Amino acid sequence: ESLGLGREALPEEIAAWDATVLPDGTGLPDGSGDVLTGEEVFGANCASCHGEFAEGLDSWPVLAGGDGTLTDPRPVKTIGSYWPYLSTVYDYVHRSMPFGQAQTLSVDDTYAITAFLLYSNGLVEDDFTLTRENFTTIVMPNAEGFYPDDRAETEYPLFRAEPCMADCRTAPPEVTKRAIELNVTPKDENGNPAGTLPLLTAASQTAPAEAAAAPAETPAEPAAETAPEAASPETETTAEEPDAADEAAADPALIEAGEKVFRKCASCHKVGDDAKHAVGPALNGVVGRTIATAEGFKYSKPLAELGAGGGIWDAAALHAFLEDPKGFAAGTKMSFAGLKKPEDRDAVIAYLSTFAD
Amino acid sequence: QTPDPLITEVQEWASVFGDAVDATPYGMPIEFESHVVRRNVEWLTESTASSINFTPIHALEGTITPQGCAFERHHSGAISLSKQDYRLMINGLVDKPLVFTFEDLLRFPRQISIAFCECAANGGMEWGGAQLEGCQFTQGMIHNMEYTGVMLRDLLAEAGVKPEGKWVYVEGADASSNGRSIPLEKALDDVMVAFFANGEALRKEHGYPVRLVVPGWEGNMWVKWLRRISVYDQAVESREETSKYTDMMPDGRARKWTWVMDAKSVITQPSPQAPIRHGAGPLVITGLAWSGNGKITRVDVSTDGGNSWHPARITGEARSMALTRFHYDMNWDGSEMFIMSRAVDETGYVQPTKQALREIRGVNNVYHNNGIQVWWVRADGEVENVEIA
Repeated sequence: ESLGLGREALPEEIAAWDATVLPDGTGLPDGSGDVLTGEEVFGANCASCHGEFAEGLDSWPVLAGGDGTLTDPRPVKTIGSYWPYLSTVYDYVHRSMPFGQAQTLSVDDTYAITAFLLYSNGLVEDDFTLTRENFTTIVMPNAEGFYPDDRAETEYPLFRAEPCMADCRTAPPEVTKRAIELNVTPKDENGNPAGTLPLLTAASQTAPAEAAAAPAETPAEPAAETAPEAASPETETTAEEPDAADEAAADPALIEAGEKVFRKCASCHKVGDDAKHAVGPALNGVVGRTIATAEGFKYSKPLAELGAGGGIWDAAALHAFLEDPKGFAAGTKMSFAGLKKPEDRDAVIAYLSTFAD
Repeated sequence: QTPDPLITEVQEWASVFGDAVDATPYGMPIEFESHVVRRNVEWLTESTASSINFTPIHALEGTITPQGCAFERHHSGAISLSKQDYRLMINGLVDKPLVFTFEDLLRFPRQISIAFCECAANGGMEWGGAQLEGCQFTQGMIHNMEYTGVMLRDLLAEAGVKPEGKWVYVEGADASSNGRSIPLEKALDDVMVAFFANGEALRKEHGYPVRLVVPGWEGNMWVKWLRRISVYDQAVESREETSKYTDMMPDGRARKWTWVMDAKSVITQPSPQAPIRHGAGPLVITGLAWSGNGKITRVDVSTDGGNSWHPARITGEARSMALTRFHYDMNWDGSEMFIMSRAVDETGYVQPTKQALREIRGVNNVYHNNGIQVWWVRADGEVENVEIA
């Protein structure tokens, strides 16, 4: 018995949201793309994380190679070596990539990227064109590599025996592995694992935050040593120092708007106290600085050249770059389509101006 | 013993006013508890927008996890989606594809369910050996909340599932859209479309305004910001159920559709972030146990590296597919201990050792590590994450 709630979904609405592609090809839209186009589109949209050859930069996913490694101590699980269905590649790229700019790729570009990924995995030649029609003729190398969960048959019977309660060991326990030796756990200021509970048996201290962070036996020095850099006078006043975006920086509403716009950038660029370089450089202090001079970041050639020529990230340069990155610096690694609205660029520049070096 | 000035002297808080009633319209924990927060392990991922943090289970008691410190896993960040802008679509193999508003959902009969949500990768970093120092970091990809919402079966009934429909595919409204396939049998059983957790609206990071609750099954299926449910005759085999969340076996093949989280337990205190500071004498060992296959019926604790085991107390109620609290009260003589817990569920399944799992699954399995956790308590009360032979 229906409650009569909700309304019928319209065909246009279903078409807009239901982009799912199934292993048998159900859901594939009309379209096609070839390997060479795919290489171009991939280079512009995907290579900044996955590498020009889909080899994966830093810890971003490797998409090609890895044949025959699935029994290795460190298997390389790629589209070619691991993924059982080509439909998954199309579906995922079309719905979720590029990371931070999902659902911006056209149907043909998605076919082209999928074709390029087949090529980079050695599964098709460079003259191959992927279409809706030939899509399901592609059989992935690891198509037979998966089987449904069989724990109920293979594991549960082994683990249902009545467990031993006494005299279960034949020898005293011996330590074989210690996490402490790997030294990869986040730590508190005093060297304990982060989040270690405060000592409750010592006398209370007046500053509760410090009491929570450091046990009483810890001398007072660490707190002073680790005084956050943000407290230094230099940093406090930097935002007020005159710079190229001085007027913009004074408008809190604009800064707030810029913070929202910056979400488009945040998958690759970090700002703030603990900002580190990621896919792109950390952007603290970028406004007013010489181009391509963030320490420790490897810039693409065109930006490095602009910097060497004395180029400054003033408002005009930032506007030009952010409007059309590849137009401003052909060959930049920044695979970002650009901010077309001037007010978005103003806002994001104002926001960036609030972050000092 | 000298008189305690905290008693003999009038303390400031005993003389003057504390905060007025309007000081904190929606409260945060008191400043002394500032260490009880979610934590990230930076080297795990390239981007914190697609990453995970960990519940501070070493610092919590009872069974309900506060939303504000319950672990988060996002694939493209936690989005802001208002109730007004919220739409839920049901399409595919149904008699009538439907769109619901948030208000529509509020008009279906409501249910309440307490359930644990555990990431399939919880404990995964420990698969190759003891790696991280802290119960939060080794076993903290879990939370347990009381949800209020409507049953997925009631929504599906409204659309009318066609006889050839065998699977539902669920996806989110965020940029990852994180889709997963769920067999229709489970979808019609206990899966909930939830909008309250622990009595309040879902927090943003937990999928406000609407998330899926899939009791006993891996957290990746609990799609947040749920926007679409589609009925199919086959599994979609999305990225999240092929490339990820599949379990490599030693022969190079992989198990797929490993949805259930098997019985597991862990001692939350003492643990590396919760050392024993009070010395020898009465000691409370506390921990959590859970099973995706039903209720926890027993938890045993060993303090000698598994030579002898003692039944712990199950404190409070043991609910099916929900966190269960156990306590083991002992008199510590101040000598070194290897402490472990071992859960048994109502199917008779006994939590195995990590080694027993490795013997079957090899060392590339990563997901679904429900092996026994060993803590080495030193004579000075400090605690380490170790493996023993």
